[in-house]
Amino acid sequence: MYNKGLIIPGLVVFVFIATFPLWYNGLSAGTAPKPEPPPGGEKTCVAPKEVMRSQHMVMLNQWRDEALRDGLRTAVPADGKEYRKGLQLACMSCHTNKDKFCDACHNYVAVQPYCWSCHLAPADIAAKKEKP
Amino acid sequence: MDNNRRSFLKIAGITALAGIGAPVAAHLSSSPAFANSENNAAAQTGHEAAGESEKHSGVRLGMVIDMRKFYGQPDMLDKVIASCNKAHNIPHIVDGNGKTDRKSEIKWIWKAPYADVFADQWVEQSVAHPSKTIAENDFLVLCNHCNQPACVRVCPTKATFVLKENGIVAMDYHRCIGCRFCMMACPYGARSFNWKDPRPYISEYNPNFPTRMRGVVEKCTFCEERLALGQQPACVEAVQDSNAIVFGDLNNPESQIRQVLARENTIQRSPAYGTQPSVFYIV
Repeated sequence: MYNKGLIIPGLVVFVFIATFPLWYNGLSAGTAPKPEPPPGGEKTCVAPKEVMRSQHMVMLNQWRDEALRDGLRTAVPADGKEYRKGLQLACMSCHTNKDKFCDACHNYVAVQPYCWSCHLAPADIAAKKEKP
Repeated sequence: MDNNRRSFLKIAGITALAGIGAPVAAHLSSSPAFANSENNAAAQTGHEAAGESEKHSGVRLGMVIDMRKFYGQPDMLDKVIASCNKAHNIPHIVDGNGKTDRKSEIKWIWKAPYADVFADQWVEQSVAHPSKTIAENDFLVLCNHCNQPACVRVCPTKATFVLKENGIVAMDYHRCIGCRFCMMACPYGARSFNWKDPRPYISEYNPNFPTRMRGVVEKCTFCEERLALGQQPACVEAVQDSNAIVFGDLNNPESQIRQVLARENTIQRSPAYGTQPSVFYIV
């Protein structure tokens, strides 16, 4: 191997820099977020907890396509209640605190879903109502 | 060598002729002019029957606006417009002086003078001679939910499309890339572009409807979301007592809208464009 003296230290420096964020945090990802359960005390969602955790984004996309493009706006039953398909109509009716529910995890994993550029969080709606 | 080349060219020429000639021959023999006359007639009636059923199958939602009930009552027009604006979180965009910003304005249903609404019939004052009532009153205008929508044809992402169930020209804001082709295509100016974030210009939100974001095109959707709940469109509901706007299925001869259309003389906006608008006016 030519230039062994340069390449090996170079690789060591590269690996150190590339993994620096991990070292810096002491190989810990910080405390995992705990999204707030519905303040209203609802216990049953439209799907089991595990499914919602891993698949809620898929479900929202399906709802979107069904409601907007296929005209299937039938309500979704859960625990004797019926929820109309939609982020504002279904999800936020129980999970009224976006900061403590949606953002808790999304901020932790650094994803920025574009839902909120159009859809209204309950806090947005309340803020407008207070104004004269 | 010469001889070989000569025979090769001959074979190549014959092959090329056969290649070109075969499809032409096949096409000619299958075309109606050469086909058996009996088959031809059967095919034609079959085609007509299919066309007939296609024309009347399914729901095509439409609207009749009885302008006679709005004449001399600008408040009523404003009431209709306000009900729509409220239901759909439509911003009222104002410029620095607090006036409506005509450039960034968002309109789903709005009012305009006869000359703008029925431009092709106006031509020139000296030729058209509209009645005094027509000339002095504003008209309600909205998306015509055309049967042949030009906007849908040009949309590169299918963000605007026709709902098969009811013929509504719908919008999917998730897909809109803001290219504004649809705005160029629409002969009725029924589409508005969000030049800026609309939220600061909305005074109060309807919690059951989203807003839009900067960079998408929006328009009237015949209150698709209200129809799903069994409600009438917001504008229809706003003037329900006077029955000034009739909404219903244009394909159903029994529907109220068809009764009105059968009874009254109605006009459409610029029918000559061939877009086949679903909004009719009694003027």
